[in-house]
Amino acid sequence: MERNEKAGEFPYTRGIYPNMYKDRIWTIRQYSGYGNAEETNRRYKYLIKNGQTGLSVAFDLPTQIGYDSDNIISAGEVGRVGVAIDSLKDMEILFDGIDLDKFSVSMTINATASIILAMYIAIAEKQNIPLVRLSGTIQNDILKEYLVRGTYIFPIKPSMRIMCDIFKYSLKEIPKFNIISVSGYHIREAGTNAVQEIAFTIANAITYIHEALNKGMKIDDLGKRFSFFFAVHSNFFEEIAKFRVARRLWAKIMKERFDTSEDKSMMMRIHAQTGGATLTIQQPYNNVIRVSLQALSAVCGGIQSLHTNSYDEAIGLPSEESVMLSMRTQQIIANEIGINKVIDPLGGSYYIEKLTDELEEKAEAYIRKIDEMGGAIKAVENGFYLKEIYDSAYKFQCDIEKNKKIIVGINLHNNEVKNKLTTRLYKTNNKEERTQVKKLQRLKRERNNDEVISNLNALKQVARSDKNIMPCIISCVKSYATIGEICNILRDVFGVYEK
Amino acid sequence: MKNKILIAKLGLDGHDRGAMIVYKILKEQGFDTLYMGIRHTPDEIVETAKREKIDIIGLSCLSGNHLKLLGDVMDLLKKNNLNVRVIVGGIIPSNDIKLLKGMGIADVFTPGTSIKKIIDKIKSY
Repeated sequence: MERNEKAGEFPYTRGIYPNMYKDRIWTIRQYSGYGNAEETNRRYKYLIKNGQTGLSVAFDLPTQIGYDSDNIISAGEVGRVGVAIDSLKDMEILFDGIDLDKFSVSMTINATASIILAMYIAIAEKQNIPLVRLSGTIQNDILKEYLVRGTYIFPIKPSMRIMCDIFKYSLKEIPKFNIISVSGYHIREAGTNAVQEIAFTIANAITYIHEALNKGMKIDDLGKRFSFFFAVHSNFFEEIAKFRVARRLWAKIMKERFDTSEDKSMMMRIHAQTGGATLTIQQPYNNVIRVSLQALSAVCGGIQSLHTNSYDEAIGLPSEESVMLSMRTQQIIANEIGINKVIDPLGGSYYIEKLTDELEEKAEAYIRKIDEMGGAIKAVENGFYLKEIYDSAYKFQCDIEKNKKIIVGINLHNNEVKNKLTTRLYKTNNKEERTQVKKLQRLKRERNNDEVISNLNALKQVARSDKNIMPCIISCVKSYATIGEICNILRDVFGVYEK
Repeated sequence: MKNKILIAKLGLDGHDRGAMIVYKILKEQGFDTLYMGIRHTPDEIVETAKREKIDIIGLSCLSGNHLKLLGDVMDLLKKNNLNVRVIVGGIIPSNDIKLLKGMGIADVFTPGTSIKKIIDKIKSY
């Protein structure tokens, strides 16, 4: 408790920069994408016009799991939870007229991260932007996919190899790009508590660092390009403490365990998103308040970028009106309440400092336990993580049922007539899917198919060897090979993960 | 208690918190329950229901692809002459609930539904 910690100094509990939001507020980065690339491109331009300062791409499930839009398994899923990307053609449309030199772009993509990143690089080249100037983040965090998010393709071992290939290539060619966003968000949303969220995320990050070090990468290079992603739920003070603890733990691990000498490698840079699982379908306008408080909590916790959810997301895809309101929520916090005049406003508060120390101790105990097990991969394989996650989710639900945990509109003040939404939910339709399939089939007719086949064959050879797959994947996407075609080659070589 | 229940995630969506909780509580309440896990096609689900002589199928879908996938499940059940009750959980807009019930889906449970309500419903079948 008797600490003399300062923002911008090790262990960065109070923030990674000395002046925090006094110099610059966080990046307003709303996760978005739906339908086809044309529509999503229009949405991005609309968000940018309205003051969004960073982009965050949501891809549909076929894109995330490596199937083309015309695959039978993709039926009904095309453009549903994100934008449909089959080939470089779609990515060209997605970023048309958006200067990748000016915006950092975050891409939520994991099993197919190598392919999407290859497309991104190809577009930057087409826009004549030197690769060294590209900034953004590729999620590239596969372990949590096996646990809670579900968009895995390959078994763990080849997935680690692909991840390391992305690391190695990116550190050299796109040095300003974050090579991973180690994500606690989905672990939390699956039902864990704040301690498990930070502990499991950091344990996963430790394993990723070990994998990369084993491949000959340097800790100082790696640390600088690791970024993190956490949820922000409704327990206002605990969530603030959580961000402080995560930074402190990571700084200590990087310094003491991995012996990095670079300050930047010890700084945990955090993107946060308000908790989707905290939104209720009952009395949906209550969610506006939940999102506001969660956002304030994240900001008091010193995050670097933030996504605020829309109030209608427990019911369906958000309306344009609710999306705008969620962005305005951040803009009000950023501009109206004086948050840009203060650094770590709650630092020194007895309660916050005590919570910070308590959470740290509990999270450290978990990390030790996972270390003793042999690391995060073991904790995935032996079922430790899943048991922890399911038990917590179960307990949470039981607490609601027993009124031990109160949610207004669910188990308190829930008698009134249900609030109906006055806005219209966004609706996807089958027309978009048909258009996407037609576009894909035309592409397959018009491209140079000999070149595609020869690139795919070359990829097969490289995948079987221990060479880096990135240059070969870049050649594939440049010849307009599709995600499905590239993944089929990799599925042949690596096999698929069976849960 | 005589009903045998199958819980599965439908389509490509991998968010199984809800499905897992329902499965765990049904087990605890003594129901004969199977959990298939994530990423299952209508074919695989109906196949399993047939093989395991399932009475109630509980399907979870959060990706928004419920109309297409559940339509396929109901068609396949009919084609196979299976008299199985289908219940659904997930992010389902209210207009779609009517459509799903029109397809013959017995019940749709949206976020915030208490487990007690789900169990009581299942007991009433």
